[in-house]
Amino acid sequence: MAYSDKVVDHYENPRNVGTLDADAKNVGTGIVGAPECGDVMRLQIEVDDKDRIVDAKFKTFGCGSAIASSSLATEWIKGRTIDEALALKNTEIVTELALPPVKIHCSVLAEDAVRAAIADVKKKREDTASLETGAAAAGAASSMT
Amino acid sequence: MGMVYLDNNATTPLDPRVLDAMLPFLKGEFGNAASRSHQFGWTAEEAVEKARKQVAAVLSANSKEIVWTSGSTEGNNLAILGAARMYAEKGKHIITCRIEHKAVIDPCKYLETQGYEVTWLDPDGKGRVSADQVRSAIRDDTILVSLMFANNEIGTIHPITEIGAVCKEHGVLFHTDATQAFGKIPIDVNEMGIDILSLSAHKIYGPKGVGALFVRRKKPRVRLVPIIHGGGHERGMRSGTLNVPGIVGCGEAAEIAMNEMPTESVRIRKLGEKLWNGFNSQLTEIFLNGDPDHCLPNTVNVSFLYVEGESLMMGFSDLAVSSGSACTSASLEPSYVLKGLGLGDDIAHSSIRFSLGRFTTEAEIDQAIEQVVKAVNHLRDLSPLYEMAQAGIDLSKVEWQHH
Ligand SMILES: Cc1ncc(COP(=O)(O)O)c(C=O)c1O
Ligand code: FES
Repeated sequence: MAYSDKVVDHYENPRNVGTLDADAKNVGTGIVGAPECGDVMRLQIEVDDKDRIVDAKFKTFGCGSAIASSSLATEWIKGRTIDEALALKNTEIVTELALPPVKIHCSVLAEDAVRAAIADVKKKREDTASLETGAAAAGAASSMT
Repeated sequence: MGMVYLDNNATTPLDPRVLDAMLPFLKGEFGNAASRSHQFGWTAEEAVEKARKQVAAVLSANSKEIVWTSGSTEGNNLAILGAARMYAEKGKHIITCRIEHKAVIDPCKYLETQGYEVTWLDPDGKGRVSADQVRSAIRDDTILVSLMFANNEIGTIHPITEIGAVCKEHGVLFHTDATQAFGKIPIDVNEMGIDILSLSAHKIYGPKGVGALFVRRKKPRVRLVPIIHGGGHERGMRSGTLNVPGIVGCGEAAEIAMNEMPTESVRIRKLGEKLWNGFNSQLTEIFLNGDPDHCLPNTVNVSFLYVEGESLMMGFSDLAVSSGSACTSASLEPSYVLKGLGLGDDIAHSSIRFSLGRFTTEAEIDQAIEQVVKAVNHLRDLSPLYEMAQAGIDLSKVEWQHH
């Protein structure tokens, strides 16, 4: 199968390869796929107070189209808000990379990875928020005595 | 440097000497080998009979035992369906293995729908089936054992002589798909107890679309019900006007392969070892699939852990190889051969088959090593699995999100 020039470009010069601190509370990590399926994508985002994605990194085990899809996804979501990133559709990746039908699932994986990363950072925030309100409530309670 | 072709188990280029032998039969010598009434026919028949001898010689067979076919897919079908139909009264049980070529698996599966029973032997982790496994699978109603001589993906060679002896002992016919072994390693159908054997010209630097089936004539005399009916060519086993240029090419290719086998098998095996050693000295976490002690000289199947095969092949665009990864096929299933060895799907996804050949040079092996090492390193930098493994995480314990 011949790859489009854009797939080859992302394969040869992948953007935003790397690892963010998965434990940081403003970092969301999405890992989708499984080694047995031949594809595992890890996409991470760092989000500021205003819900803007200030950094994005990925690592992917998978075919060239999967690598290119995740590389492109990080490029696209950087600088966007979480809500804007959630609007990203796999079909846009398919068009941009000129993926053939058998490679559509690689783009779906990238969309799923973005969603998973966003869900992760949102969950962390909720957990922290509930911890904080919990702590505040506890503090309030103690001051009553 | 140009493209390096390391996919000789898929097919081989035509040897120029084979082409030279064929050319007259593509030009002036156009006769039908079945025409008995004039020189055109006689010349064609003579050429066909010479080729029959050339092929038979490689097998230590009699030329009367060679039936021309269109290749091994047809040969395997004729052997399996033909024997099953001929000996149905004796029994309807067949023994084969899970990692055979599809051209054996599918006729056997078809027979399962026609009231036959098939025992699918499991190979060991290196791809071998033992003679004892065959012995324990044989029943009173077993009519045929079909096991490949050497596997196309991993190169593993079965203990053919021992299996042949077990079949003889029990009076069961033994068919072997020798597509990958023929012309690469010595075969003697008598010493090895082989009753039927398939071979194909395009794997030994001959033309595509032609091959032969060895069908034993004595001790026992094997009879097959034809799958192609017509003018009664090839002792009634395969009707159809003979492909004279193709057959001439098959014969010439067989003779060259036999003559060059002693030197070529040594040269090619050395190059294969060089390839593996080159990878092994520069990369960690790779392994050799198959059985190094019983392997075709030309086949090196390697799993490069934590990188996926198709993306790897993308990294060496001027290297022609095959991968066991599902991403290279339409099916989304990784190689059933590697899975059949009990290797995890992840290992199958990470595998590449390098199959060397007559025209492979040492410089090409150097080039292949360099390109593969570079691509593996590039992809490991991108691989979350590699990062996790380096961090000491046991990937088999991770809960993956399957889809
Ligand atoms: C082991 C084996 N059997 C059968 C075949 C089919 O042979 P042919 O291409 O001649 O039909 C092949 C080659 O693809 C093979 O490797
Ligand atoms: S990851 Fe398997 S086809 Fe793309």
